[in-house]
Amino acid sequence: MKNKERTCNPEPFMRISKRGVVMPLWKSLGIRAIALAAALIVCAIVIFAIVKLNPIKVYGAMFEGAFGTNKRMWVTIRDMMMLLCIAIGLAPAFRMRFWNIGAEGQILAGGIVSAACMIYLSKSMATIPMMILMLALSVVAGGIWGFIPGWFKAKWNTNETLFTLMMNYIAIQITAYFVALWENPVGSNSVGVINSKTKIGWFPEIFGQDYALNVILVLALAVGMFIYLRYSKHGYEVAVVGESENTARYAAINVPKVIMRTMFLSGALCGIAGFLAVSGASHTISTSTAGGRGFTAIIVAWLAKFNSFVMIPIAALLVFLDKGAIEIASRYNLSNHVSNMLTGIILFFILGSEFFINYQVRFRGGKQKEVQA
Amino acid sequence: METRKAIHMVDITKTFGEVVANDKVCLDIRPGEILALLGENGSGKTTLMNMLSGIYLPEGGRICVNDNTEVIRCPRDAYNLGIGMIHQHFKLVDVLTAAENIVLGLNEHKLIDLKNVRTQVKAICDRYGFVVEPDKKVYDMSVSEKQTLEIVKVLYRGADILILDEPTAVLTPQETEKLFAVMRNMKADGKSIVIITHKLHEVMEISDRVAVLRRGKFIGDINTADTNPQQLTDMMVGRAVSLNIDRPEPKEPVERLMVQNLTVVDADGVKRLDNVSFTAYGGEILGIAGITGSGQRELLEAIAGLQTMEAGSSIRFMPPGKEEVELVGKSPLDIYKLGVGLAFVPEDRFGMGLVGSMDLSDNVMLRSYKCGKSAFTDRKTPRALAQKIVDELEVVTPSLNIPLRRLSGGNVQKVLVGREIASEPSLLMSAYAVRGLDINTSYTIYRLLNEQKARGAAVMYVGEDLDVLLELCDRILVLCAGKVSGIVDGRAAKKEEVGLLMTHLEEEAKA
Repeated sequence: MKNKERTCNPEPFMRISKRGVVMPLWKSLGIRAIALAAALIVCAIVIFAIVKLNPIKVYGAMFEGAFGTNKRMWVTIRDMMMLLCIAIGLAPAFRMRFWNIGAEGQILAGGIVSAACMIYLSKSMATIPMMILMLALSVVAGGIWGFIPGWFKAKWNTNETLFTLMMNYIAIQITAYFVALWENPVGSNSVGVINSKTKIGWFPEIFGQDYALNVILVLALAVGMFIYLRYSKHGYEVAVVGESENTARYAAINVPKVIMRTMFLSGALCGIAGFLAVSGASHTISTSTAGGRGFTAIIVAWLAKFNSFVMIPIAALLVFLDKGAIEIASRYNLSNHVSNMLTGIILFFILGSEFFINYQVRFRGGKQKEVQA
Repeated sequence: METRKAIHMVDITKTFGEVVANDKVCLDIRPGEILALLGENGSGKTTLMNMLSGIYLPEGGRICVNDNTEVIRCPRDAYNLGIGMIHQHFKLVDVLTAAENIVLGLNEHKLIDLKNVRTQVKAICDRYGFVVEPDKKVYDMSVSEKQTLEIVKVLYRGADILILDEPTAVLTPQETEKLFAVMRNMKADGKSIVIITHKLHEVMEISDRVAVLRRGKFIGDINTADTNPQQLTDMMVGRAVSLNIDRPEPKEPVERLMVQNLTVVDADGVKRLDNVSFTAYGGEILGIAGITGSGQRELLEAIAGLQTMEAGSSIRFMPPGKEEVELVGKSPLDIYKLGVGLAFVPEDRFGMGLVGSMDLSDNVMLRSYKCGKSAFTDRKTPRALAQKIVDELEVVTPSLNIPLRRLSGGNVQKVLVGREIASEPSLLMSAYAVRGLDINTSYTIYRLLNEQKARGAAVMYVGEDLDVLLELCDRILVLCAGKVSGIVDGRAAKKEEVGLLMTHLEEEAKA
């Protein structure tokens, strides 16, 4: 028997174990609040150390950037609704463990048909039928864009991650084609604001607000998706297929059908986000209409564990950070990187707090030690 | 009385979150003995031994090896102390040969001389009566060969104390006998052996001493010669348990399921079932025996509509009071719509029968959620049924709203069996329904199966414990490599006879 010369402490420095019981809500909210506070403190140190600015002022500027004026506040809300809409669209796909990273393409598909309606039907239709038509067409266009990878997955078990990603690039190229076709004014290499005078095909004002319809539409979708996933037979099937295809087959669920149906739905909701982006926000279309939000929404959907109501504060936080970062970058003449760092630090702490919610950490010499004595 | 101790464990404590897996356990292992570590599932046997072999670190207590207090931080420390463990799930690299697996991870700072390794392996094999082909790839090996290789690997590393975690669970009776012979040889050579098991007859046959754990606590140890299975069961369970399984005579058996020429070929072109024919009767329990992977899973799945079958296969199902139906070519959805009362308890609980992340009532409605025309699921009926299952089968759960994965294996199985029985089936198929369950729950399951038999259902019971099969079933169908190697009378058949049928198809066919 070889003798080892090891005199180290038998007790490891720390132990990590999964929490046996689910934490009460107030406690987990408390941990998240502590994480946010810690993030703000670390950010303050970074701000002071790197750019020698008063952190409090910087935070104030961030807040002003997002909510400083009435217009800014509504823009923030509009962008938040857009992000929420995409996240709601991704939720059923992710619930089914179908890694739909093709929201960008599905948004563009919805956006192209909305822009086409605005351009070609501007003389022949009233606002309300036009809105309904645009909504329906963007649902179909986005739905088809989601259905294609779903169909291939159902029939030939193709890898949906690569497939949906590739569909994004196709959608971007198609968008580029239409941007060239609809170029206005000629030579600008952009479509410009469509119907800027007549405002045909734009979301109508409700209660004197340009973006109230965005809010109403997306919140209705949020409620609908919550009910769909939680209480409908379809939602139940989605959850079972996501957990195990074998279990789904055992439960007499037609798995290919569920995959195709759910991906149509997922794409359709992202298509509606494209409709919101074009008709309800920018009133133009370009290859950057989706602007990476199809990926940001993945974070929103996952953090919320696919609960549409939890998505609301998460989407709000992400959009707030984005707006605030832009504001401090321009006001203090900082490079983008500094504001991105701050966003990164805050996200790091928020995501990191999940660890403390799910696990407990005990250090050497903690209360458990008495046993050894 | 032997006083020397090879291993002396004192007050060993280990917790996982809120669960106390070992609570101040004290255990001695003497040199040159075979110690059976007995306990129900979840009693902490494997956890305790994992601390000895360096997988886990105890939170309290100490371990003495040959009278020195040692800290075993990793499996390498354990090897250096002469402790080796053969895990239930083998830790071998499939694409490497036997010899390569043996030297893998030894981390000696010189070139490995495989020729020398082969010689040494040969020496070990000759000494104890193993058969290992050093150049055979692991993926070509049978389960028994893999286990032998694991033992040789541990011996090669100079282990004096061997821990075998449920080694017989995957072996046929004949292979078990071989293993026991080798264990006796090792004991004669002065090695200490710990065998983790919950099979009492094995304890009685092979061990010198028995130590019993219950719910993480050490209950006691006793010389095997001074005890009997009943006493050990009582120690293990904590109260007196009857070890008899009822087997009432079948009442008016009627043909329920007639399988003819059933052939299943899997995606790789391998014949999983080959021309299987048999009849199952309502009012009887038909046992299905065979080495794991002989086609049991495919057989039940084929009947449930989950397998594609070759041309010529026929499964005729005769539900009581309804017209005969042909199940070949029907999907589970088609079978569900027929409403013929086919219930299936699959082998893989969370991979097929249940959804681990969902709560009890959501799982209870897995088979019936389609009922009704509404687009929304009915929550009340399954909830009431879940409550009924919990009450009647004594499922231990804090609430109906807890994800099923958080319950213990036995409680999970009760929910699954309870749900399938609630549909009042005319055919109940169960695959390894008691795998991993404690004695008490196992007997509950046997009782439930017997109730279904008394109701007139045809019960098909795929099992791995031959003793249970022979006590419970009216007839036993033995599968070997996808073929039916025999159908025997459960009351008359001998264990050896069934064991032989499980392995010796060809001789049977020639005869």
